[in-house]
Amino acid sequence: MIVAVNVHLKKGVLDPQGKAVLHALETLGFKDVKDVRVGKQILLNIDTEDKEKAIEEAKKMADELLANPVIENYEIEVKE
Amino acid sequence: MKVGVIVFPGTNCDRDTKWAFEKIGAKADFIWHTEHNLNGYDLIVLPGGFSYGDYLRSGAIARFSPVMQNVAEFAKKGGYVLGICNGFQILLESHLLPGAMTRNENLHFISKFHHLKVINNDNKFLQNLNVGDIVNIPIAHAEGNYKADEETLKEMYDNGQVLLKYCDENGNELNPNGSVDSIAGICNKQKNVFGLMPHPERAMESILGGVDGIKMIEGFIK
Repeated sequence: MIVAVNVHLKKGVLDPQGKAVLHALETLGFKDVKDVRVGKQILLNIDTEDKEKAIEEAKKMADELLANPVIENYEIEVKE
Repeated sequence: MKVGVIVFPGTNCDRDTKWAFEKIGAKADFIWHTEHNLNGYDLIVLPGGFSYGDYLRSGAIARFSPVMQNVAEFAKKGGYVLGICNGFQILLESHLLPGAMTRNENLHFISKFHHLKVINNDNKFLQNLNVGDIVNIPIAHAEGNYKADEETLKEMYDNGQVLLKYCDENGNELNPNGSVDSIAGICNKQKNVFGLMPHPERAMESILGGVDGIKMIEGFIK
């Protein structure tokens, strides 16, 4: 089962990469973009058919390693 | 005085750090990250570099190196631990120090001498300096933008854990990387675990730009 962990900087934490991308998009003429946040997606191939178990495992992984709770939030999404 | 310099895959300031401590009269050994024995050391240093290629987040993988469990026990028993640059990032990821690092505000890798102001000297590390002293020490990092929430910050100020701030040559606040309150160095509540982004081991010879690093690291032996 493929489970995605999407990690982003928390709302109050300045995202310098997002800001740089926003300015680049403005330069390209995309004037309607108000804000950009750059995060990362970690795809986990977990050997189980149990969707709930996979989510639970992924959550533990995110809490312990994949995200840093001081600065980052995460969401878990089952892909297939 | 015996110093253990931990070496992770990707560490690159290990030799400078060992040399710096030997220069001030300490004995220093390298400790490979798979080792476990920290007996007999007075100070454990996590030097700078790019442990595990900074994968995931700087310091995030090094935290799970075998030796880190022993470093945590060493610190818990009151042993002195110093993290420089990537070593500081590893101590943050290991929760041995509060807060976290993010990318520099301007996204650049910044490598230059920078002035720092001593905010608190009531600790072993900075005991040879006075509050308000200004030192000139090289910085070299892309992820030195220190973050901590307001509650944590308040606690750190109340406990005298904020040790160094970035400033200009006259001591006015000058923030190179976006760190909250221009913080460059901190310690834990028990004042035995220290972390800073600047590299005191690179300020040990006047011919190389300055000797302010000596005053800093000498705190551990005098």
